[in-house]
Amino acid sequence: MARTLITVPRNARRGDVVELRTLIAHPMESGFRVDSLGRTQARDILRRFSCRLDGELVFSAELHPAIAANPVIVFHLLATQSGRLSFTWEGDNGFAQTETAALVVA
Amino acid sequence: MIASVLGSVFASVLALALSLAAGNTTASAQTQPDPRRSGLEFASPATQAMQRDDTVNPGMLWLQEGAALWRAAPSPGGRACAGCHGEAEKSMRGVAARYPAFDEKLARPLSLAQRINACRERHQQATRWATESPPLLSLEVYVAHQSRGLPLAPVLGDPRLAPHRQRGEALYRRRLGQLDLSCAMCHDQRAGQRLGGSVMPQAHATGYPTYRLEWQALGSLQRRLRGCLTGVRAEPFALDAAEWVELELYLATRSAGMAVETPAVRP
Repeated sequence: MARTLITVPRNARRGDVVELRTLIAHPMESGFRVDSLGRTQARDILRRFSCRLDGELVFSAELHPAIAANPVIVFHLLATQSGRLSFTWEGDNGFAQTETAALVVA
Repeated sequence: MIASVLGSVFASVLALALSLAAGNTTASAQTQPDPRRSGLEFASPATQAMQRDDTVNPGMLWLQEGAALWRAAPSPGGRACAGCHGEAEKSMRGVAARYPAFDEKLARPLSLAQRINACRERHQQATRWATESPPLLSLEVYVAHQSRGLPLAPVLGDPRLAPHRQRGEALYRRRLGQLDLSCAMCHDQRAGQRLGGSVMPQAHATGYPTYRLEWQALGSLQRRLRGCLTGVRAEPFALDAAEWVELELYLATRSAGMAVETPAVRP
């Protein structure tokens, strides 16, 4: 399991635009680099990130080889209801990881 | 000859600065601002922001791992770090700021990473981690992070460390490699100027282990120094050779009093 860091504002009010921050440990090997013996390193990147609130897709992003290792993804959400946020990263070599966090809207 | 005279002048100026810092002579501190600058000040605003915000600082990923390792037993029935040292927030506060420190059993100074490995072998009945392996870096960054914001406080009064520190200083001033450059020629005499596209900082190792954008990973001070040696086309010393620790000792002396930033972010 890759380490992740997820930041959700603690006291959001209904109608607020809240900022969600995610950070995940991933090498994002581009597939274009060669090692010391000249062999091309196989690509190993995250391809897709998605965020769901109680199952409903609220944000998603596609990732590409030019993105640095340990990608930070910051996005905004209109806070309308409390619920369970789930964050999913999917990538090469069958990589899939989901983390959850509570969104509390006063 | 001139170099050694300059060296001793530098040492006495440093000693004076340290004694001034020790006494509460704030007036002289105001009249003579510290010319030393952390590498952070040479980094771009974006890199600085990345270091200052813990929610996007990638070093925090290793820190999380280190916090888990601190509490985990190294082997079934073995004792975790927390089993002897308790809460790292209290017991490890200020510890990293004093490293490298003299080890009585080995009768030589050890870096923080080497001390962690020694602890594993002596007290945890565990095997040592490979130099710069992910778990060792994680635990090192976790321990070093407990000193964040505290001034670097190398043990200057220990006579056992003095010869090692002197060798480190000599190494800092020795010209090396095909490019025939010493550390001092770039980081003392030309700090702030550019080498290729990069700004040369003053070489204050205040934030190690550091997340470097060039590495796309967290790395140790030894790795950084190795990069400098290959940069001047010298053959780096062997992994964990005594020379690295001696150089670290001298660097800590140069940077005494500057705040620990671990985990720092650098270009």
